[in-house]
Amino acid sequence: MMETTTSLSFTEDGFEAFAAGREEPQWLSDLRNAAWKKFSELPWPARNDEEWIRTDIRQFKLDRYSLALEPLTSEATATALMRDGVELGGGCTSFDGRKVDSFLKDKWAEKGVVFGSFGDVIRSHGDLIQPYLLRRAVNPNYDKFAALHTAFMTGGTILYIPRGIVVDEPFHALSTLSNGSADFGHTLVILEDGAEATMLSETASEDVDGGGLHCGAIELVLNPGAHLRYVNLQNWGSNVWHFAHQKAVVDRDASLQWTIAAMGAKVAKVNQHVGLIGEGANCQVNGVMFTEGKQHLSYHTLQHHEAPNCRSDFLYKAGLQDKSRTVWRGMIKVDPIAQRTDGYQRNDNLLLSAAARADSIPGLEIEADDVRCTHGSTSGRVDDELIFYAQCRGYTRKEAIQMIVTGFFQKVFDRISIESVREALGLAIARRVREYE
Amino acid sequence: MIDTLVIRDLHVSVEGKPILRGVTLTMNRGETHAMMGPNGSGKSTLGLAIMGHPNYEVTEGSIELNGEDLVEMSPDQRARAGMFLAFQRPIAIPGVKLADFLRHATTNVRRPDRKEGEELIPMRDFRKELKGNMEQLQMDVEFARRYVNDGFSGGEMKRAEILQLAMLQPKFAILDETDSGLDADAVRLASESIAEIGREKMGLLIITHHDKLLVHNPPEFTHVMLGGRLVETGGIELANELHSEGYDRIRKAYPEADAQNQAMLEKEDAQPVG
Repeated sequence: MMETTTSLSFTEDGFEAFAAGREEPQWLSDLRNAAWKKFSELPWPARNDEEWIRTDIRQFKLDRYSLALEPLTSEATATALMRDGVELGGGCTSFDGRKVDSFLKDKWAEKGVVFGSFGDVIRSHGDLIQPYLLRRAVNPNYDKFAALHTAFMTGGTILYIPRGIVVDEPFHALSTLSNGSADFGHTLVILEDGAEATMLSETASEDVDGGGLHCGAIELVLNPGAHLRYVNLQNWGSNVWHFAHQKAVVDRDASLQWTIAAMGAKVAKVNQHVGLIGEGANCQVNGVMFTEGKQHLSYHTLQHHEAPNCRSDFLYKAGLQDKSRTVWRGMIKVDPIAQRTDGYQRNDNLLLSAAARADSIPGLEIEADDVRCTHGSTSGRVDDELIFYAQCRGYTRKEAIQMIVTGFFQKVFDRISIESVREALGLAIARRVREYE
Repeated sequence: MIDTLVIRDLHVSVEGKPILRGVTLTMNRGETHAMMGPNGSGKSTLGLAIMGHPNYEVTEGSIELNGEDLVEMSPDQRARAGMFLAFQRPIAIPGVKLADFLRHATTNVRRPDRKEGEELIPMRDFRKELKGNMEQLQMDVEFARRYVNDGFSGGEMKRAEILQLAMLQPKFAILDETDSGLDADAVRLASESIAEIGREKMGLLIITHHDKLLVHNPPEFTHVMLGGRLVETGGIELANELHSEGYDRIRKAYPEADAQNQAMLEKEDAQPVG
């Protein structure tokens, strides 16, 4: 896959060749140049950095990966899990960071909806996108990975819904990766005042044990009164490095339901950040993680109350088997102005094997005095008495464990209001559950 | 041919400590047997050992259902072969609705050869049958939508166990103190339900401290367990005697078993030995 003439390395020469070959607006070139400079200046994360102390990336070698440039010759073969039986308003598929195909129904295009691959939308609606891309949500200078992403971002999807438009058909995006390749996908969703939409986004490798690199970002911008349901399912191969910055900003009286499912990757380090920036903003986050083998998934969530009367409700549940490990570090931050904040965060972990490990670090940073913030976490093993009870009713041991795992996730599934997503996640988890003695 | 459960010289240890020291018992389907005995005598251990609880190790003896050895079978194989235990302390399964739990269980027990992942019995038929059984047990149908034993009161748990008995229709059922923790009305309802569901259709082994359950389910045989042994077997008159007179006569008649019973009680900590 890595032919030197058709792919770029992440070096000075590589960046120059990348920049020279792109026909993009000046503002985007400027953004990339500044990011490359930042990337060159920033150190790699230190081992004792609080965000990285539990996540070892010494095995990660950036020079093993390169960005594919040659035109697409093959179809994406990874399969989507969440679009079965769903009437879509639009869809977009990419393969190793390059668009395969995309569509947007005429009836939505006629209403001013913009949807397509990152490259296409930048070309067709650059001026519309400019005020949003890496300006409202994700900080391109946050760390070395954010800067690297900004310099090379390609692939991914952009959705724009104009003021007051309600789209009742979900949009779907699938990013696929071949073994050893890189994906720098950027997702940007913008809902203008009072707009409503649902987007289902998934990432998958061609091979379940495939390797590669994802260095990506998700940005969700909800202007006042907008309503968005956003789902992202990370289902990379079990040898993929996944580094992502994901941030939503929710303005006055807007509401966001964000479901994050993480099943794949060798090592994942994700910063998920929700900024509640206007009075009365509301955000619900549903996190579903299931890990196996030697997977290591590290999630750092921040629910930042920047305005009064906002509500945030984060529930993360993780099931772990084999020697896998999860890290969940959650923070509720309440600014002095954010009176009458209602903040909730919870992380529950179910350990299916003795060697699995879940670290759960909830945190509060409250500077307002009239707030209600609660947090909690639990970690527990599958109860042998429960397995025996189910076996006494005819369940095999494996069926009993599958049932217990399904029951464990039920509370978070109950919150997900999209049936195809509940089913896809339930099935994906049930398939992974193995028998343990 | 009538179904038969034969237990021969059964010795069971928990964490290396002997609890049952040679239990021999034969039951035919259609018979009702009462199992009585003071605390710590090993009654619950017998039920859990018959179902194959992993902590209860059979060190000697056999348990045979129609000549087939249950000891080598996993608990689910025993359930599919027709064995049932109504738990003294049922276990909660958060997030799993009673109806869903029972549909899967019923399918597996009725189709013992079902492979993992194969179809469950049709939802329509199952719901109809479940509803019928719940009405008979005077249970609100809403109950089936609650998570299995999760937040159930003591009485609700026991009724849920009886509902499962009704749905699974085992050949032999061990009822471990299905009357404990219930008020008088609830005991009467439970007793009538068990009589209607199981009496003469199943082999019932009723473990009880009281005689209330036995009023509606008069046993053909009463067994007395002491110190991990069946020291006496009689008819209903033995159950009546133990209920009115207590265990003094038994303890005096079998001092060695009584001493072992006392020793087991003293060792008993969090483990349910009953």
